[in-house]
Amino acid sequence: MSTAVGTPSEPATGLPPAGADEAALRRFLEGLPAVDPVGLEQRAAGLATRSIKKDSKLAAIDLAIAMVDLTTLEGADSPGKIVNLCRKALTPDAGAPDTPRPAAVCVYPDRVAVAKETLGDSGVLVASVASAFPAGRSSLEVKIADTELAVAAGADEVDMVIDRGAFLAGRYGLVHDQIVAIKQAAGRARLKVILETGELATYDNVRRAAWLALLAGADFVKTSTGKVSPAATLPVTHVLLQAVRDWKLLTGEQRAVKPAGGIRTTKDAIRYLVAVHEVAGPEWLDPHWFRFGASSVLNDLIMQRQAQRAGHYWGADYVSLD
Amino acid sequence: MTHLTVPKTYKLYLGGKFPRSESGRTYPVTDVQGRFLANAAQASRKDARDAVSAARKGFTAWSGATAYNRGQVIYRIAEMLEGRSAQFVELITTTTGAAARTATAEVQTAVERLVHYAGWTDKLAAVFGSANPVSAPYFSYSAPEPTGVVAVFAPTGAPLLGLVSVLAPVLAGGNAAVVVAAEPDACTAIALAEVLATSDVSGGVVNVLTGSAAELAPHLARHADVDALDLTGLDDELAAACQADSAETVKRVYRPAGVPDFAAAPGTARLRAFLEIKTVWHPTGAVSLAAGSSY
Repeated sequence: MSTAVGTPSEPATGLPPAGADEAALRRFLEGLPAVDPVGLEQRAAGLATRSIKKDSKLAAIDLAIAMVDLTTLEGADSPGKIVNLCRKALTPDAGAPDTPRPAAVCVYPDRVAVAKETLGDSGVLVASVASAFPAGRSSLEVKIADTELAVAAGADEVDMVIDRGAFLAGRYGLVHDQIVAIKQAAGRARLKVILETGELATYDNVRRAAWLALLAGADFVKTSTGKVSPAATLPVTHVLLQAVRDWKLLTGEQRAVKPAGGIRTTKDAIRYLVAVHEVAGPEWLDPHWFRFGASSVLNDLIMQRQAQRAGHYWGADYVSLD
Repeated sequence: MTHLTVPKTYKLYLGGKFPRSESGRTYPVTDVQGRFLANAAQASRKDARDAVSAARKGFTAWSGATAYNRGQVIYRIAEMLEGRSAQFVELITTTTGAAARTATAEVQTAVERLVHYAGWTDKLAAVFGSANPVSAPYFSYSAPEPTGVVAVFAPTGAPLLGLVSVLAPVLAGGNAAVVVAAEPDACTAIALAEVLATSDVSGGVVNVLTGSAAELAPHLARHADVDALDLTGLDDELAAACQADSAETVKRVYRPAGVPDFAAAPGTARLRAFLEIKTVWHPTGAVSLAAGSSY
């Protein structure tokens, strides 16, 4: 199986043309080479053992901080909590003003305005989930309205969920058209398409969903909502990274990847960076092309950053509670 | 049929599990005549870090348990130790050369010491707390709370009694402990860890590292997630260095004057060393505006 050793998993056929019907999409997606799960997991585990130390570790920590989409997606998100989170993004570590800022703050659509107001023109983007997040179980009209709400409030990025029910029922055309419609509603905002891989059951499905999202115009393919377990895993992220790499080989166009959920420690984050470098390539090691959907990992990254600089281990009493 | 002796490998005790050192290192523990007794794990800086994170997790549950429950658990340690006294008597006689009678007395005192501190847990607030008289319409209360994660350097000399005497007061106050066993007493320390593991002490509340205290002490003293140090087992030079190192992260440091006599009645200094006093002011509420009221 070609994917086991990281060689390009080129699609069996050429890309289906824009506006292809459901049958053509199905032929293409089901004709994608199957994922070898044993080989994939072995490679992911093998790369995860790579040791990154000293200066490289410091550089990796700074890059990982710059890649964080600092996220709060809870029913209890009060405006005050959003303001706190934004301030954390603006000043991740008051004791070390040279700490890079995270890439974006990710909130629900009705909280975009307050986030936008707090962040101003700091360069930290506002991402908003939309399209009946997290289940995606609503009509297309509602999903579009949800997206428009976020964009009108000033969201720079939109995180949509795919209709997993339709995908698992084989209705690729429907899923495709919904992504296209939301992409249109999102306008200039970059569109992240959440596949919710924890619900897709197989790596083959993950690969198909990733290609489907890329075909429909996704700027990012994103693993999970963070509401379903398992959320992001290394092997699943490998599949997404393979997809964007192959997409670039086929079309010359670069697309981004975002694992989300379950990334809590610096060690986890660095493992993802190694995977990005080895599977997709060094040109993806940039906050524009790779993000972490996470919240608690930021504190751990800050603590590790301090530990590297101070030469001793750090404690949770020295970072903000959020 | 002859029985082939199966020598035991003594591992670390971290987060309720018995892992080998992350470094893979071991060192030989010898008996009093210098003969090989067992291999003990030689803990590294990363093992110390893992022990601190395990203790931080363990602290949440242990400090949140009721004082009464903590007393029961410490009493349970005494029960389990009593049941395994023969093993400890043998370990003490082998490693220190003490007479069986002396060793038995040491084990018995250790059991009694645990019972003593088990009794303390639900009396701390009454003895060290207070209702403070204040000249304003407030109730003012002071109550002791656990300090947090305490790194304990166990003393040499009395392998079991010394260890129990430094560990039990830390636990009684509701703290979690990272114990660095005295280098020659690794076997006794890990045997005690086995007692702890089978006596309702949840994982992470006590973590035992064996190896060189001189190697581990600077890392624990500088670790920002360690809240207090008990330097009983360190020599003067190392203890002074730890005190200096701990200043950066403002730790509580307990360093006894002279060589403590663990056989004597323990007193309360060790208990008090790892308690924080929290004072709460609360309005009395009913302030009378009628004549005769003092306010």
